[in-house]
Amino acid sequence: MSAQRTDPDRPVVLADRVTKRFGEVVALDDVSLAVGAGELVGMLGPNGAGKSTLLSLVSGQRKPDAGTVRLFGGDPRDARSRVSLGITPQETGLPATLKVREVVDFVGGHYPDPVPTGELLDQFGLTELARRQTGAMSGGQKRRLAVALALVGRPRVVLLDEPTTGLDVSARQALWDAIRAYHADGGTVLLTSHYLEEVQALAERVVVIDQGVVRADDSLGTILRRVALRRVVVRSSDDLAGRPGVVRAERLGDGKQELYTPDADALVRELVTSGTDFHDLEIRGASLEEAFEQMVAHGHAPERATTGIPTTTDGARL
Amino acid sequence: MSTTTATSTTGSAPRRGTPTAPGPARLTWLHLKYQFLETVRVPIAVLGNLLFPALAMFFFVVPQEAVAGDPVAATTAVASLGLFAICSASLFTYGLGVAEDRQLPFDPFLRSLPAGPAPRMVARVLNGGIFSLFGVVPLVLIGWLFTEAAVTAPELLAGVGTVLLVSVPFVLLGMAIGYSLTAKAALPVVQVILFPLAFAGGLFVPPAFFPPWLDAISLATPTRAGRDLLVQALTGEPANAWAWPVLLGWTVAFAALAVWAYRRDEGRRFR
Repeated sequence: MSAQRTDPDRPVVLADRVTKRFGEVVALDDVSLAVGAGELVGMLGPNGAGKSTLLSLVSGQRKPDAGTVRLFGGDPRDARSRVSLGITPQETGLPATLKVREVVDFVGGHYPDPVPTGELLDQFGLTELARRQTGAMSGGQKRRLAVALALVGRPRVVLLDEPTTGLDVSARQALWDAIRAYHADGGTVLLTSHYLEEVQALAERVVVIDQGVVRADDSLGTILRRVALRRVVVRSSDDLAGRPGVVRAERLGDGKQELYTPDADALVRELVTSGTDFHDLEIRGASLEEAFEQMVAHGHAPERATTGIPTTTDGARL
Repeated sequence: MSTTTATSTTGSAPRRGTPTAPGPARLTWLHLKYQFLETVRVPIAVLGNLLFPALAMFFFVVPQEAVAGDPVAATTAVASLGLFAICSASLFTYGLGVAEDRQLPFDPFLRSLPAGPAPRMVARVLNGGIFSLFGVVPLVLIGWLFTEAAVTAPELLAGVGTVLLVSVPFVLLGMAIGYSLTAKAALPVVQVILFPLAFAGGLFVPPAFFPPWLDAISLATPTRAGRDLLVQALTGEPANAWAWPVLLGWTVAFAALAVWAYRRDEGRRFR
């Protein structure tokens, strides 16, 4: 239904060498990103990495200290550039005294051709809640409403900031379905998450941001291959950190060494053929989370144990 | 008949076949409606604005025979307290209210919708006028029932119109404060501004009792200008010659300040 009028050479979202500082903190450091029409891009990164800041620049809430941001070729700070943009409010921020139907009417009223409120509420399973004040909704219901609000104006691009954080599995699946349906209709999606699982389920292209810098920008498959490391634990008197294929090594207690490598078979073959003394060999897949943490933690916490999963450390968030 | 509807929705300024985006008037109406609903659903906020000037009227005006018994003095007292109600409602609702709104995560979302700052600001000013009228209603009733205050119907109508006009600079000042400061900072700033302005403007003590130097300062304040204009509308006693220029000047200045503060604001402050 929504015909794509965008020239494939001209990205719908463009950030060109963008820098944004908050006082001493550099939230984004010379970041460039172009999203074409119809793409579904996932931005991954720990809390405070700069993902939300980048979205706030794209949606015209802030302006960059350096570089340019373009939305459909225009300045996102100009309201006219935002007619085909949809974003999610943070669930905690819905006006508590307004009713669900009123919030949808209000937000939809800003667009030339909004989805009729009844239809939208139906699509997101919110029909029974239409007359309830948003302050009385559960967290999951607020999330659904937030994503519904992003889509009410029939946008060509939606920015989804942590769309399913704090949801249970079925609620998350339902929202993912809605996002997939929107994308299948030709919509462009730029979503942030600190859940690898979510990005893996939805995105075609993955951008990894950490400490305000783009660490990786590639197709999902390539990124997964990059982070899909195997973990080899072995006891040996030799230091095995320098063996070919070992990306990272750590010494555990009682003489064990933990080695990360993309190809565990090759590493084991190498250990055997080189006649290295080793025993208690153990191989298992590094979890995506572990591997991802390694990828983004590179450079500032290299010695950290891999038990901490990034999604649980809720750091200060810009 | 159906043709007219069709032309009105799709005919004007077709943009590559897409329906036209809602114009400024519709957006302003939209914001006006939902801002009003949001405020009205918290009745205590509305009641607070109604009660304070009404109580002041009961404590300070009704018991004083000299004022309450004199039609012009009583009407002037109603006008003064009415203006105080307007100032306080505007500065608190818009100074503190905007500062608080800005700290809510819904605010950056609203700013990303395809509407510039104007519809939201104009709607706030209009809502300020509406709630100012609400605040004045109990005063008018008390004045009518318990004092000799008297106005004719045209005078009352002129008074209502003046209240709406006079509330504009105070709403704008409130917005300038709200968009510049955090809620914690906005509260003392509003208080520090409100009471001296109200006193210097002759809202508590009639300017006739002011020494000349204070009267000179008073004439330059927006509160004095507003008070004089309101008194003029209600009693026919002519306002000072500077009232309109002073009120207009402050309106322009506060509007510029409010727009500047809005533009500069990027949501939550970080340090």
